[in-house]
Amino acid sequence: MDFIAIFSIFVLACFVGYFVVWSVTPALHTPLMSVTNAISSVIIVGALIASAAAGSASSKWLGLAAVVMASINIFGGFAVTARMLAMYKKKER
Amino acid sequence: MEFQSILSAATGGHGLAVNPWASVAYLVAGVLFILALRGLSSPATAQAGNRFGMAGMLIAVVTTLLTHAPATAEGFLDTVGLVEILVAIAIGAVIGIVMARRIAMTAMPQLVAAFHSLVGLAAVAVAAAAYLNPQAFGIADAAGEIFTVSRIEMGLGIAIGAITFSGSVIAFLKLNGNMSGSPIMLPGRHIINLGTLAAIIGLVAYFTFDQSPWIFWTVTGLSFLIGFLLIIPIGGADMPVVVSMLNSYSGWAAAAMGFTLGNTAMIITGALVGSSGAILSYIMCRAMNRSFISVIAGGFGADAGPSDGGSKEQRPWKPGSAEDAAFLMSQADTVIIVPGYGMAVAQAQHALREMADQLKKEGVTVKYAIHPVAGRMPGHMNVLLAEANVPYDEVFELEDINGEFAQADVAFVIGANDVTNPSAKTDKTSPIYGMPVLDVEKAKTVLFVKRSMGGVGYAGVDNDVFYMDQTMMLLGDAKKMADDIVKALSGSGH
Repeated sequence: MDFIAIFSIFVLACFVGYFVVWSVTPALHTPLMSVTNAISSVIIVGALIASAAAGSASSKWLGLAAVVMASINIFGGFAVTARMLAMYKKKER
Repeated sequence: MEFQSILSAATGGHGLAVNPWASVAYLVAGVLFILALRGLSSPATAQAGNRFGMAGMLIAVVTTLLTHAPATAEGFLDTVGLVEILVAIAIGAVIGIVMARRIAMTAMPQLVAAFHSLVGLAAVAVAAAAYLNPQAFGIADAAGEIFTVSRIEMGLGIAIGAITFSGSVIAFLKLNGNMSGSPIMLPGRHIINLGTLAAIIGLVAYFTFDQSPWIFWTVTGLSFLIGFLLIIPIGGADMPVVVSMLNSYSGWAAAAMGFTLGNTAMIITGALVGSSGAILSYIMCRAMNRSFISVIAGGFGADAGPSDGGSKEQRPWKPGSAEDAAFLMSQADTVIIVPGYGMAVAQAQHALREMADQLKKEGVTVKYAIHPVAGRMPGHMNVLLAEANVPYDEVFELEDINGEFAQADVAFVIGANDVTNPSAKTDKTSPIYGMPVLDVEKAKTVLFVKRSMGGVGYAGVDNDVFYMDQTMMLLGDAKKMADDIVKALSGSGH
C-alpha cells in the first residue's frame, strides 16, 4: 500500500478513536486503559514476521523476545479487563 | 542472497499485504478493536466489547502466522521455527494470565504501567529486528537499502517505543513505591531534555541519508534516556496523567510500526490507543486544573505532607464518634458517600459497602460521588467500588451529582480531601484554585473521616470544610471507622 493510502486510514482512525473514546463512560476508564493496552500489542504482528523470517539470527531472536512481551500484554490485558468488567453489577431489585 | 529471494517468493514478495484476503483480515481485526472500545460506553455491553477485542487479536495473529509462516530454504514449512513461535506465545500467555489473576485492584495503575513498558520494549525490538533484516519486512530494495519513508517510520517507532518503555518503568517504580513519589529535579533539566529531544529528531532526519548502525543505536539509546528524564521530575500526584500519557505513547509506537509494515490493523489500533490515552490525559489534567505542559515540566505533588502550616492559627472543629455518625445517617433521607484514595489504601471499601447496605435497609437513599482523580488512575475508584460489590448505578460522576449535595442530608467523606475543598472555588491564591470539586459543604451535615487533623492532601492546603458548623470530624482509620459505624447501625436498628 502506498503511503498516502495508509496515512488516510491513520487520520480517519484518529477521528474514530476520538469519538469512540469520548463515548466511553468515565466509570470504565480503567478497563479502557487495560483493553487499549491489550490491543496495542497488535504489534505482535511485526514480532511474528521477524521471528519467522530467515536471514538474520539476531533479528529472529529480537522477534521472538517481542512475541513473548506482546503475548504477556495481550493475555494479561484481556484477562485483567475481563476480571474487572465481571465486577460491575447493577442494583438488585 | 539466493535463499532470501526464495523466501520472498514463499511469503509473497513485499513483506505484507500482497494477499488481498490478508488485508481484509487485518481490516476486520481493526474494526473489531473499534467495537471493543465502543462496548465500553456502558458496563452492560463492555464484556461483549472485550470479546470483540480478543477476536480481533486472534484474527490478526492467525493471519500473520498463515501469511508469514517460517519457511525452510526450500520453501517448505519450518516446523521448528513454528514451534519456537508458539512456545514464545505460550510463555507470554502464562505470565500474562498469572499477573492478571493475582493483581490487587488497588495495584492496577502499576500493572498498567508495567504493561505499557512491555508494549514499548516490544516496539523497540520489532523496529530493531526490522532494521537488522529489512528485506524480511519488505522495506528495503535488493541491495539492502531501506526505503526513505520506512527509515522515518522506523526511527519514530523506535524513539516512541523506547520513551514508552523507560518512562513506564519509572512510572511503575513510583506507583509501586520502589521509588519515592517526590519529583527528582535535575539542574538544567529543561535544557538537557530539549537538547536530547533535538538530538533524537536531528538523528532521525540524518538517518534518511545514512542508514549506518551507529545512528540507529544512538537514537535508541537517547530515546531510552529521554523517557527516563521526562518522568523522574513528575510527582506522585500527577501520575494519573503520566499513566494516561504513556498509554497514548504506546499507541503511537504501535501506529509507527504499522506504517513500517503497511498493516491496517496496527495503524487503526495505534490511532485508537493514541487518541484514547491523549483524551484520558486531558480529562485528568482538567480534573486537577493542571495544564498538560505544567505536568510535563514536573515538580508538583511530593509525597510529603504540608508545605507550610506551623503558622496557622488553631480553628475550632467538632469531633464525632461512630455512634453519632450512625445515628445521623440512619435518620437521613439521602446520604452521599465521597470516597477517596485513602479509603482504598485502608481497604475500607467492603466495610463501606456494608455500611451502605445497612443504611438502605433503614430506607436511606445512598449514592456515591466520584471525583475523576479520586483514585490513582482514570476510573480507578469505580473499579475499587465495583470490586466491593457496589452496584454501578449507585455511583455517579462529579458533574452528574454535584447539584444533589444541596438536597442531601449527609455527605460522608472518607479518604478524600482536596477534591472537597471549597477554596478551589473561592480562594485565588490556593494552589488548587480552579480545580473542579465536589460541593460537600452544601449538604445539611458533613461527616469527614480522616486519620488525624494534622495531615493534608497532596496539594498541602487546609480544608475549610473541617471547621464548618455542620461538619463532624470522625478521626481514625477509615476501615475501622466504617466497621464501627456498621456495628452501631446494626445495634440500634430495629
